[in-house]
Amino acid sequence: MSVDLQTVKRVAHLARIAVSEEDAERMTGELNAILGFVEQLNEVDVSGVEPMTSVTPMDMKKRSDVVTDGGKAADIVANAPATEENFFLVPKVVE
Amino acid sequence: MSDLTQLTISQARAKLRDKEITATEITEAYLGAIERANPALNAYVAVTGDKARDMAKASDARLVKGEGGALEGIPLGIKDLFGTEGVHTQACSHVLDGFKPRYESTVTSNLWADGAVMLGKLNMDEFAMGSSNETSYYGPVINPWRRSRLDTAVMPTTHQGDGGFVSAGGTRTVRSLDNAQLVPGGSSGGSATAVSAFLCAGATATDTGGSIRQPAAFTGTVGIKPTYGRCSRWGIVAFASSLDQAGPIARDVRDAAILLKSMASVDPKDTTSVDRPVPDYEAVIGKPIKGMKVGIPREYRVDGMPEEIEALWQKGIAWLKDAGAEIVDISLPHTKYALPAYYIVAPAEASSNLARYDGVRYGLRVPGKDIVDMYEKTRAAGFGREVKRRIMIGTYVLSAGYYDAYYLQAQKVRNLIKRDFETVFAAGVDVILTPATPSAAFGIADEDMAADPVKMYLNDIFTVTVNMAGLPGIAVPAGLDAKGLPLGLQLIGRPFDEETLFQTAAVIEQAAGTFQPEKWW
Repeated sequence: MSVDLQTVKRVAHLARIAVSEEDAERMTGELNAILGFVEQLNEVDVSGVEPMTSVTPMDMKKRSDVVTDGGKAADIVANAPATEENFFLVPKVVE
Repeated sequence: MSDLTQLTISQARAKLRDKEITATEITEAYLGAIERANPALNAYVAVTGDKARDMAKASDARLVKGEGGALEGIPLGIKDLFGTEGVHTQACSHVLDGFKPRYESTVTSNLWADGAVMLGKLNMDEFAMGSSNETSYYGPVINPWRRSRLDTAVMPTTHQGDGGFVSAGGTRTVRSLDNAQLVPGGSSGGSATAVSAFLCAGATATDTGGSIRQPAAFTGTVGIKPTYGRCSRWGIVAFASSLDQAGPIARDVRDAAILLKSMASVDPKDTTSVDRPVPDYEAVIGKPIKGMKVGIPREYRVDGMPEEIEALWQKGIAWLKDAGAEIVDISLPHTKYALPAYYIVAPAEASSNLARYDGVRYGLRVPGKDIVDMYEKTRAAGFGREVKRRIMIGTYVLSAGYYDAYYLQAQKVRNLIKRDFETVFAAGVDVILTPATPSAAFGIADEDMAADPVKMYLNDIFTVTVNMAGLPGIAVPAGLDAKGLPLGLQLIGRPFDEETLFQTAAVIEQAAGTFQPEKWW
């Protein structure tokens, strides 16, 4: 499978990365080189093979549903580019 | 002791305990070395001198009372991927501009609890995506190793005085260093360079497809990627969560064993951290390997592999045989599919993990006309080329209609890769010996690799299988090539059998010796 310029622009928008026309053209070539490389996986017979979901067989760790952490609002917003009273500030989303 | 930076961790540990040296002295020695070398090598992106001095002072107080921990007073460098409280943590990306976490990663917490001293944060490929340390926002790291040339110098016949000394002339061989700058490998290039150039006693690193083992091989250092689940991933910037694993880079096998013992733990904060006690890895060093079954996989003999790598591999086989190991030929039939499967699984997980960098909660923000525009501009300005490329691949293979064809297929192939290993281990193989990399270190700004991303990806051809299967792997220096550059061998073990890797790597080290670059910086 290969991608065209339109697909690259659509994927860039899905990934929320602004691309210039020039970027998109360059990326089309690069992505096709990588997709061409991974194409060889199709020759592997995987009938009856389960997809791998964990590296080591182990049960999901569970713990009691209790609060073990918290009260750190100031720490959580400390690195944000814009905040007000422990809220993250973003451009207006709803009119 | 003239230069404290020359001490291995085990040597420094003994001298600190015996009060022959202090933590403050060795820390100052490293800080001085970093100040002199970093402009040339670019291994550190942040040096935490004040913090290092405070930690060393506290170590000295504990050492005086005889209360020193396992790494008391040992100065370490930390890869920029590890969250370090109040200290530069950016995965060497512009998108995390100014980020200083309010928490400490589990691995580094373990090291500080054992008394280690932090010298600073080490350069790396952006978000650990790269095999040359050239994708860092902070610029490439330079390998302390340089190619050298053997020249034949003609010596003139000289006479000194009447009937005095006479030099008969003739020829003599001179080794001269080439000026070309080489990459240290990646993504843990800063860690490998800092260890190899004596800018820290040991370093933390991480390995998703070969990011510990390939730079270790390129710099003549020892690097181990433990079994998935051995070191907690909590507080480490995530790249591909089902593949990422932390481990040390060190100057010799014993130092790597000492560091891994401290880094590894069972951590309730990481659900994939495995509930098994951490063994004393150092205890197996020096134990004989007589009777051990060593597998040699035929699929690792790839087309176009330099003869020197094949010769090195044969040398490794001979050393292990001499030490009493039984050598068996094995087959891992799905080896060639590991790298293509990796380039689906890793970008898919990365595209999901890196979705969090949106200019809202941390790091860079580039204003836009609305919120989507802000996201798109922030991510366009914050991520470098390689990171964007991988996010794009990941987004594409996970997008509607392609999930089965790419991601599901790759995860099935991954299971087959894992089964290949399980089959040979079930047949009694204890450890597998392979080359660590298909070549020695290459030049900065290699044109072939810049033109074709897949060429760069091929660096990980021998290491990536290990991540796909979740197994432990160690790279150990085994010799120099004709140009005087280090080459490494890799040992692959059963899940959670790091002890066999250290035990066998120590035999290779014993035979091959250790390697130091000639100082030019």
